[in-house]
Amino acid sequence: MKFFKKILSKNKKSKSSISEKGMLLYPSTGEVIRAETLLREAGLDIAVKGPPPDLRQGCDMIVEFDLMHELHVRQILQTAGLNPLRIVPVHDHLLEPVSLFNVKDFGDYLMVRAANMKITIEKQSQRIVNISGGGCPDVPYLAQMLVGKTMSQAPEPRVLGQTLCGYALQLAFQEVKRLCPG
Amino acid sequence: MSWLIAGTIPEDNFPLVQDTYLVVDKTLVINDLKYPVNRGTPALLAANFLAAQVLGLGPGQALLAGDIGTGTGSQAVYDALVTKNFQSPQGITFHYLMPDIQGHNKVLWHWEKCTPLPILVADAGFMYAAKMSGFAQKYDLFTPDVGEMAFLADEKAPHPFYTRGFLLQDEQRVPQMIAAAYVHENAAKHLLVKGQTDTVVAHGSIVAQIDAPSTATMEPIGGTGDTLTGMVSALLASGMAMTEACYRAALANRYLGVLAKPTPATSVADLLDFLPQALEMALKAPK
Repeated sequence: MKFFKKILSKNKKSKSSISEKGMLLYPSTGEVIRAETLLREAGLDIAVKGPPPDLRQGCDMIVEFDLMHELHVRQILQTAGLNPLRIVPVHDHLLEPVSLFNVKDFGDYLMVRAANMKITIEKQSQRIVNISGGGCPDVPYLAQMLVGKTMSQAPEPRVLGQTLCGYALQLAFQEVKRLCPG
Repeated sequence: MSWLIAGTIPEDNFPLVQDTYLVVDKTLVINDLKYPVNRGTPALLAANFLAAQVLGLGPGQALLAGDIGTGTGSQAVYDALVTKNFQSPQGITFHYLMPDIQGHNKVLWHWEKCTPLPILVADAGFMYAAKMSGFAQKYDLFTPDVGEMAFLADEKAPHPFYTRGFLLQDEQRVPQMIAAAYVHENAAKHLLVKGQTDTVVAHGSIVAQIDAPSTATMEPIGGTGDTLTGMVSALLASGMAMTEACYRAALANRYLGVLAKPTPATSVADLLDFLPQALEMALKAPK
């Protein structure tokens, strides 16, 4: 019995040392957002996360995917002309994005916060009335493009956003859609 | 006023400009270029301009480039900060710039060589880069909101998007976050933490907390943090001591809410009409 336990524990150890996940590295967050959209549309189980410390430059994120599907991932991205700079196995714990939302009801208005970004809509008209928070330079641009439009007219932040703040705004935008389906 | 504000304009083809600026009818005017004041760096500049008028200061200088998130304009600003000649600004406020650790380090090392050393204020994306660079303590002031405070407190987070352990960003935990940020040397010498309660911190110690007057509908309005940073920069340019400037600016931003009576749909541009009166009230208020 001890022998089998030893064998099993050895197997377990050797399995954990093999990376099952890979990450797609891109020069800009905007390309990460586009790759994420494509891979999700293809039905792949992926996640957007923070890069390990040795690969960080500033406003970074990577796409984590199952290495079993590397070929399929490469084909999808190549077809779209969105080849990553590098594909590397994940050896370290990657930072998870903030996943909880903070919702504030102002009566006629609803504000949803995701990470450092907030979006506020007028409930009845579904018009986006304010966008606040964030520190990356696409935030004022996104606000300019979205404020004043209804949720159905407004472009999704992921289409125009280039940074992590833009990505956080996308999450808040999706949460507003979930809470107020229109 | 020898203060320099470095930031971006949310328009792709806005060129790199360095000059004194004016704000006329809620429009930023610099180098014959015009841009409406709505949010972001233009809102900071407008607040700074109006506050400078109240304080009897001349116009400040701005270094700007268009950036819609590609980082191109930010890169031009980073480069200009180390290559262009500036007339020894008394202080610099760094604002909406793409976080870039290498670019940040070049800028910091360049300005550190200046004598006298300018007062360094960082907000928004440049503050993120300053924290991630490991040189946060070289700065005189950071102006984070509560989410950004949680980011400063998390020594591993490269951006507020990845902040661990403070998922609900509970305002009650701000003192703990401040302590954590100083333990890991991820805070500037002073902090002005914006929130339901504004907190002024000097070298790790909370020196003032301002929670009144309070206008809940100010929270959704994009640009209210920019007006605060703009005002505190003008107060510092007037020679006011750091903690006093933070206190008065926080109070003035709160009076803006009282005077403007905003709804969650109000724009920051509409608040600016009330800024001179709000600042005057804050300057006269007993501490």
